[in-house]
Amino acid sequence: MKKIKEDMNIVIVGHVDHGKSTIIGRLLADTGSLPDGKLAQVREKCRRNARPFEYAFLLDALKEEQAQGITIDSARCFFKSNRRRYLIIDAPGHIEFVRNMVTGAARADAALLVIDADEGIKENSRRHGYLLSLLGIGRIIVLVNKMDLVDYSESSFKKIMVEYRAYLKKIGVQPVSFIPVSGLTGDNIIRRSKIINWFKGKPLLASLDDLPASGSQATKPFRMPVQGIYKFTREGDDRRIIAGTVASGRVKIGDEVIFYPSGKKSAVASIEAFNAKPMRFATAGQATGFTLKEQIYVVRGEVAALAGEKKPQTASRFKAEVFWLGKAPLVKNRTYSLKIGTAKVNASLETVVRVMDADSLKVSRKDHLDRHDVAECVIRTEKAVALDPAGEITETGRFVIVDDYEISGGGIIRETLADEQRDVREKVILRNYKWEKGSISAEIRAERYGQKPILVMITGNKDVGKKAIARALEKKLFDDGKMFYFLGIGNVLYGVDADIKGKINEERREHLRRMAEISNIMIDAGVILIVTAIDLTRDDLELINTVISPDRIKVVWVGKGIDNKMAADLHLPQGRPADKGAGQIVDMLRKQGVIFQP
Amino acid sequence: MERLEKLENRSVHILREAYSEFKQLCMLWSIGKDSTVLLWLARKAFFGHVPIPLVHIDTGHKIPEMIAYRDRLAREWKLDMIFGQNRPALERKETFPDGRASRLECCKTLKTDALADTINGTGPRYRMDHDTGKYQLDKDPEPFTGVIVGVRADEEGSRSKERYFSARNKRNSWEVAEQPPEFWDQYKTDFAPGTHVRIHPLLDWTELDIWEYIEKEGIPVIDLYFDRGKGTRHRSLGCAPCTNPINSTAGTIAEVIEELKTGKLANIAERSGRAQDLEDGGGLEELRKNGYM
Repeated sequence: MKKIKEDMNIVIVGHVDHGKSTIIGRLLADTGSLPDGKLAQVREKCRRNARPFEYAFLLDALKEEQAQGITIDSARCFFKSNRRRYLIIDAPGHIEFVRNMVTGAARADAALLVIDADEGIKENSRRHGYLLSLLGIGRIIVLVNKMDLVDYSESSFKKIMVEYRAYLKKIGVQPVSFIPVSGLTGDNIIRRSKIINWFKGKPLLASLDDLPASGSQATKPFRMPVQGIYKFTREGDDRRIIAGTVASGRVKIGDEVIFYPSGKKSAVASIEAFNAKPMRFATAGQATGFTLKEQIYVVRGEVAALAGEKKPQTASRFKAEVFWLGKAPLVKNRTYSLKIGTAKVNASLETVVRVMDADSLKVSRKDHLDRHDVAECVIRTEKAVALDPAGEITETGRFVIVDDYEISGGGIIRETLADEQRDVREKVILRNYKWEKGSISAEIRAERYGQKPILVMITGNKDVGKKAIARALEKKLFDDGKMFYFLGIGNVLYGVDADIKGKINEERREHLRRMAEISNIMIDAGVILIVTAIDLTRDDLELINTVISPDRIKVVWVGKGIDNKMAADLHLPQGRPADKGAGQIVDMLRKQGVIFQP
Repeated sequence: MERLEKLENRSVHILREAYSEFKQLCMLWSIGKDSTVLLWLARKAFFGHVPIPLVHIDTGHKIPEMIAYRDRLAREWKLDMIFGQNRPALERKETFPDGRASRLECCKTLKTDALADTINGTGPRYRMDHDTGKYQLDKDPEPFTGVIVGVRADEEGSRSKERYFSARNKRNSWEVAEQPPEFWDQYKTDFAPGTHVRIHPLLDWTELDIWEYIEKEGIPVIDLYFDRGKGTRHRSLGCAPCTNPINSTAGTIAEVIEELKTGKLANIAERSGRAQDLEDGGGLEELRKNGYM
């Protein structure tokens, strides 16, 4: 027998009693995929119980055996063709359907949607089609089943096809094909039906075999969410490897890669692997890693893309279709954690645009999402993330929402929306792309100076002693032999800001941007930078974070009146001797490995 | 992409997610074929290195070759090797072989309890010192918050209900019914203080996949899995008093694969040689609810 090495996951959905189990039973039996003697055993059991044999019983018998007396939530059974092995994901249940569907079917490569030729389209025929589209399962084969009940009539088949095709079109789904079948008689399942001679398409199994393998993402633009940057120097390995799983496209040695949202670029020096032949490229689906020609600072959560291909978008606001599974509803004014690719950011629900009823496609208004609701929403993230609309690249266009430690919902992104930081962000991406590097890397500098460069932002209300703390901090760092600089606001205001100085209130954002750009250069020089600012707000910090990588900033808040939405790294009470406060800052820097003995 | 390649990529992705998201991470290594494949996958994920400590629960009743094999690989692959043990129970001889416990009680004491104490840091951890090759008692062990385990869904009923990332509460127990959904390669990496997460990168692998991968990659597995002329071999490894070999003349990896493919073992559970599974009282599912691997 030929060795079959390829697997494909398929999910079977449809309204209750439209014949899903019968079709699965047929597929199992007619492809000879059942264990020896199983068919005879079930037939015998039916005979003894004086029940007519049904193919649907095969599935039950198999499940029972696999489960060994315990229920499992997605049965793992499979059938084989000459081309590949198909794993059937069963998505049972009614109320819990969304949950089961998400858990099981999100991993399906294709779906079979079953409609009863006699009963016609029912609400779950529509609802399941809608959920498939939402889960990004675009490859749907529609089976018009029980053709034996309608005398194999072409007009019955066509009527359903026309109506359902129109529905799918409305939700943006283009089905692979419609096939008239009978699970009961086996017509058009494995073998071409002799009775349904008016149908010129292929039977089900051949249609499945015609589906290309799921590697079709390989032709899309390259995307690789960065999982980690590995360097195992202690074990005598000097490679610095950017590791991740390729979501789409492919990358080869010599390609110029750009990381988003930072916009930093370098070129691929080598593709790395353990116990494998040397490789020239990596492609969609591969868990891989590569080294760079020029060492740049990138972090987990960024997305690698290629110069010359369509670039991902960066945004902190987007419109998405969201389904909610959490016990507690999804509400406004609550901070959730959002995971997209390998990025994890704080996020909140801005608006519920409309809640969709999958059956009627009617919409209703609501300001929150209850369990099992599906709605179009506007989501806002605290930091910008790199993404693609799901219609363009599925893998980088979907996210999950974590509430109270649990994954409680998911969504697919339709489009990005404007946000306050967009103009600044675009400038930064271009700046990083154009950035010219010196010959000494940041790592070598850090090693020499015994410090990582950082911006220490000392803020708080007016007259709480920020400057005094800054001065005391200078002294401590100086005595410790560190490289640092105190950047006074005035130094910027009358020089770099001379053109906007008079309009500092309306130009506050531009002022902050320039100050942050200067800080960015100082950080690149390897310096610890100390800045004091009155009443820094969360928005201000967001802007600075857009310009400088957030892990290069430490915020120290002095005294009362802290913006409760702002996460300060250190909070110092007012009235404490400046020297003591500075000591606490130094302790924090030491603890977090910012300053160390070279 | 071929099946084995797909499985490998997914497992590597999961291992890297675990490594990034859990500061206090460890990997259980039972010395058996599955967790040895897992160890190999870690070398794949981290380009020849294993930056995660390996934990072996030594019941003191393991087949002696297993310990020798463990220490040999630990030295060759420079593994951060830790073992944990319930010494008081062994000293009091509260074990099945000593006749003072049933098989299940013995499993609970020497494995489940020892594992829980080793993970949360209340029990002793012995760590290999690569300069001397000897094990030293770890000072101030911190609790592990992520524990990578090589269980497979097809191995036994209760394991088929697992997720890739599966939460365990403070008492190490497992709430089967209330598991969150897992989709789009996003996993449960957030956890409440005091709880920990079990990570199962091999969940989708079958017994046959494991052997085919061992053959493809040339992974060194322990000799006990092969017939050495007596007409028997081990299919699943555990403690000496409760692990029985099966009748088989498969003496090489290729012969084991052949044996599995012919379906000769189709109606025999993989763990049929593990006597504790056959005891009354729920067997493995009960043990697992309370924290067994």
